[in-house]
Amino acid sequence: MDFSVVLESWQFYALGLWNTVWMVAVSLLVGLILAIPVGIMRASRNPLINAPAWFYTYCFTGTPLLIQLFLIYYGLGQFAAVRASPFWFLLREAWFCALLTFVLNTAAYTAEILRGAIQTMPKGEIEAARACGMSPGLLMRRIILPSAFRRALPAYGNEIVFMLHGSSIVSIVTVLDLTGAARLVQSRYYAPFEAFITAGACYLALTWLITLAMRRLERSWFAHLRPRTG
Amino acid sequence: MLDLHGYGWTILEGARLTLASALLSVVLAVLIGIAVALLRLSGSRFASGAALTYTTVIRGIPDLVLMLLIFFGGQILVNKLVAAIDPWIEAQGGTPIGYLDINPFIAGVLTLAVIYGAYMAETFRGAILAVPHGQLESARAFGMTPFQVFRRVLFPQAVRHALPGITNNWLVLLKSTALLSVIGLDDMVRKAQYAVGATRLPFTFYLFVAVLFLLFTTASLLVLRTLEARAQRPYR
Amino acid sequence: MLKPRRTVLGALALAVSLVTLGTAEAKEWTKIRFGTEGAYAPFNYVTPDGQLAGFDVDIAYALCEELKVECELVQQDWDGMIPALLANKYDAIIASMSITEERKKSINFTDKYYDTPTRLVVHKDSGIDGSPESLNGKRIAVQRETTQDRYATENLEPAGVEIVRYATGEEATLDLVSGRVDARLEDAVVLSESLLKRPEGADFQFVGEPITEEKYFGLGAGIGVRKGDEDLVELLNKAIAGIRASGKYQEIQSKYFDFDVYGD
Repeated sequence: MDFSVVLESWQFYALGLWNTVWMVAVSLLVGLILAIPVGIMRASRNPLINAPAWFYTYCFTGTPLLIQLFLIYYGLGQFAAVRASPFWFLLREAWFCALLTFVLNTAAYTAEILRGAIQTMPKGEIEAARACGMSPGLLMRRIILPSAFRRALPAYGNEIVFMLHGSSIVSIVTVLDLTGAARLVQSRYYAPFEAFITAGACYLALTWLITLAMRRLERSWFAHLRPRTG
Repeated sequence: MLDLHGYGWTILEGARLTLASALLSVVLAVLIGIAVALLRLSGSRFASGAALTYTTVIRGIPDLVLMLLIFFGGQILVNKLVAAIDPWIEAQGGTPIGYLDINPFIAGVLTLAVIYGAYMAETFRGAILAVPHGQLESARAFGMTPFQVFRRVLFPQAVRHALPGITNNWLVLLKSTALLSVIGLDDMVRKAQYAVGATRLPFTFYLFVAVLFLLFTTASLLVLRTLEARAQRPYR
Repeated sequence: MLKPRRTVLGALALAVSLVTLGTAEAKEWTKIRFGTEGAYAPFNYVTPDGQLAGFDVDIAYALCEELKVECELVQQDWDGMIPALLANKYDAIIASMSITEERKKSINFTDKYYDTPTRLVVHKDSGIDGSPESLNGKRIAVQRETTQDRYATENLEPAGVEIVRYATGEEATLDLVSGRVDARLEDAVVLSESLLKRPEGADFQFVGEPITEEKYFGLGAGIGVRKGDEDLVELLNKAIAGIRASGKYQEIQSKYFDFDVYGD
């Protein structure tokens, strides 16, 4: 193997790494914000509140990310009304379509994680808070959500890694991410091992960083639950 | 209703290939998963280290990157291999292979199996650890061979613990097959791409494929949840 | 800037030496496997029932008939077209591939079997007239690793044009129609058949002169063959001349076009 072709194209990998990192970070942040109300709706027993949220998460978790991207990127462009709309200046950009798809996708998965965490809330804590005279809004904000976030953390860590890996498909719609850089090097130099092993190593390092960060976060969030020694 | 401009059947035929590749790879992945989980728990430092490396590396790299690596790189490796053994075959008086094609189906199924084998290994590791240790010891005390312990005591119980994990991995794997279109498998996604190329109606065809995927995931969930419930029944 | 050429050649030479090991002695051609893309209508495409079809495909079958050999068509994505030939996935490329000096470094070509120019197509309201000034700051769609890609990269990108590269020509056309890109550089026949003559092409038009610069676009489309299979090149050249003489070529041509694509 000859990694000099990779060294010669380091600019592509650098640009690709940057595109991967910022797109995943922005998608996760916006997706999380969107997931909170959807997750609360999903935990509701009122079918009028629950059903629309269920339908949204059902569709987005039941289909491949790639198809969602194709529907938003190529699909929306099929309609003249979309092309004439004021949002077209954003939708015509490949990176925006990818970002929109990722946000909707990760929000759906995150909402389901949150729903699970809210539903496993110990009943006693909720009753105690009610007994203290907390309003439903305050109860949600002060008691349920903080506790649910904590319980959702390990599953959300997996979701972050899934989003990072899922983002590799943007290379299919003309955005140059880490995978895109590798495909460029492969088609130009006919060097599949060097090209994809380099990209794979970058993803591995990013995954490792995420796992490490999540572990530290878990440790600090669960610090009060650890047995005290000494 | 959706007007599919004559491409409906082609896409459904692609759906057959989607399902075939998913089913074949999940069977292989479960086998790999069990084997790797046993290695991981074998007590041998080398075997357990190798198994850990495999699961960590594979689960740290996107499916698409691994597929591209195996599809493009695999062909070169196979070519080298064939070139190396052909002279030997000829010397033995046989017909040389000349060329072995890594077609997208084989490459895809193998890649998915290797990737999801790593996830299955994690699932089975947890499931095996959930089987009470005392049972294994008493089985051994009865004079069972290690294989008998595995088949009669460990496996039946581990599968029950592993079922929810297997369900989850299957759903992710099923959706991952969409990526096989990128390495040239004529699955339903790629068939839809052909249709889009000819008709310029991307929304119509990708929506059709999305609905098919939704049908498949829903059907899988119904079947697997029933199975899980049945597996839990004796323990309630 | 990158200087990829040497390394590419190294890799290609290695690949060639690997595959030629197995096929050292001259073999009798009883079957020819052709690779084509299937996403370049009307030259090659996939029909609703999943069959490869188009001008290239018909020519391939006619050549086999002329040579009285078995014929097999293999579908292959464009960016893996030459690598797959070198990896022995098929014996010849019949995919509207232009005969260029660049490609001749890694594979051999037969004589041309057709020759049509490249042109620029734009939306009628785009204000682009084909001049470099009118293209400044605009987005031009090309298919990755094609002659058009090379031409655009070397001549238009330095002049301030943004080049957007796609895996297939059809994806590029979709984005031209939806307005994501401002122009598309492509074979004139492909553009007129797959865009301008269709309803969604009503608002689009050719601008500027046909581009035929030999440095980039070579001498028309030929059939690509591995180095070392010189006998196959010879056979196919004979067959091309044969179907042109017998009228078979003209028969196929009239099925797709109302003009001469062979050129002179």
